[in-house]
Amino acid sequence: MRWIEAAGAILLAAMASGAQQSPPPVHPLPPGPAVPAIPAPVNPPGVQPPRFLVVIDAAHGGNDIGARIESGVLEKDVTLGLAGRLRSTLHARGVDVVMTRTTDVNLAAVNRAEAANRVQASACLVIHATATGSGVHLYTSSLTPAANERFLPWGSAQSAYVTESMKLESEIDSALAHAAIPVTLGKASVAPMDSIACPEVAVEMAPLVGGHVTSSRALTDVSYQKSVVDAVAAALDQWRSDWKP
Amino acid sequence: MISRFQKFLFFAMLVACVAMAVFLIRLRNRAEDRLAAQAAAAPAEIGETTTSTQKTVTLYVPNDLDDSLIPWDKSLPLPEDRNAQARVILAALVEAYRAPGSTHPINVASGVNNVYFLPVAQGKDSGAHAGQMAVVDLSGALAAAQPSGIEPETLTLLSIMATLHANLPAVTQVHFLVDGQQRETLAGHADLTRTYLAGEEPSVQSGQRSAVGAQRSVLRDRDGSGAGQ
Repeated sequence: MRWIEAAGAILLAAMASGAQQSPPPVHPLPPGPAVPAIPAPVNPPGVQPPRFLVVIDAAHGGNDIGARIESGVLEKDVTLGLAGRLRSTLHARGVDVVMTRTTDVNLAAVNRAEAANRVQASACLVIHATATGSGVHLYTSSLTPAANERFLPWGSAQSAYVTESMKLESEIDSALAHAAIPVTLGKASVAPMDSIACPEVAVEMAPLVGGHVTSSRALTDVSYQKSVVDAVAAALDQWRSDWKP
Repeated sequence: MISRFQKFLFFAMLVACVAMAVFLIRLRNRAEDRLAAQAAAAPAEIGETTTSTQKTVTLYVPNDLDDSLIPWDKSLPLPEDRNAQARVILAALVEAYRAPGSTHPINVASGVNNVYFLPVAQGKDSGAHAGQMAVVDLSGALAAAQPSGIEPETLTLLSIMATLHANLPAVTQVHFLVDGQQRETLAGHADLTRTYLAGEEPSVQSGQRSAVGAQRSVLRDRDGSGAGQ
């Protein structure tokens, strides 16, 4: 049967050389009259330009109550209320918002990340609340910044956005400082932050402890919540002006 | 009709089974004796230690109000055994959490069940982070008493990591368990499924932004090149 193998090898060699030696035919353009260059359309016909979209994730929900802020007040309810107020404020400023939950439901971290990643948001905010500390705590992911690849590992998708997330954090920090709300910045490892593929900040609201320039305010104080929401909305508005799709 | 050969084979296998059973029972007895001898030779419990020496340790106590870690030197009787040392140091840290007027109040009597040390596997580029991994087994009571929130939970983990690394510099990684079991979060927020790096001294400052330096220098991801450097 050696002759069959030899014939096969010859046939394969012939096909390979044929593929190399016969490049695809080239049809040179006929020389035409000189025309001015036409800029390429920004978006192909029928494709919508990318829109500025904010994802708000109200943390916890359902059986996952989060922190007990005070008697009868649960973190899951505070975060949902804050997220709803922020959505209304952003809508009033003409910003599109997607919320991961709008009711008191259990939502797994993986579903929250999936909801955020599906819409390819321009900014993602994870809303938390705590009875500890003072003012607003802003957190970004503790992952190492990495290059944005076509495919990102699910568990560390945020690594491609850490630098952008820190810029967004800085915008929110400035807006809160402008509103005279104390801010602490940090890095944390909290689900589902590391799996979210967009500039993302966890905003944790705490009661305001009275100091030299601040007066004591409860976490449930509506005017305090409004001042925080307004500041965050203003920061996102600024983020939108700097945003490049 | 059973042939003579089959009878012989049957009895030979029976004898082999009995011999193996006797051999395994003897092996088991030997292993039990060896474990008992090791337990007898192991260092005594912390309270019974007679070889402890008084040393000054640095505890990193969190301040919830400004998100910082405050170094606090304290003199403690430390046993020779490293695991026991780590337990004594972390017990003192938990005592600081519980003290009246604490800046990070966690009212719990016993916070750490045990601390184990494992060598860190050295890869090609892991020279900078070679050392030991401390597996800190927190008590369920501490997890239950821990105030819930990103900030308080992160500060608890940071203070344990910073305190361990400051007093036992070989500790470069820390993994947390609760009552000997893997747990998703400490109290609903801080991730306990991952291994943290504790390879740098926290840059403790005072004031509103102090935690930025402290957290970004200590709380970093597994591969060790945190964003805050």
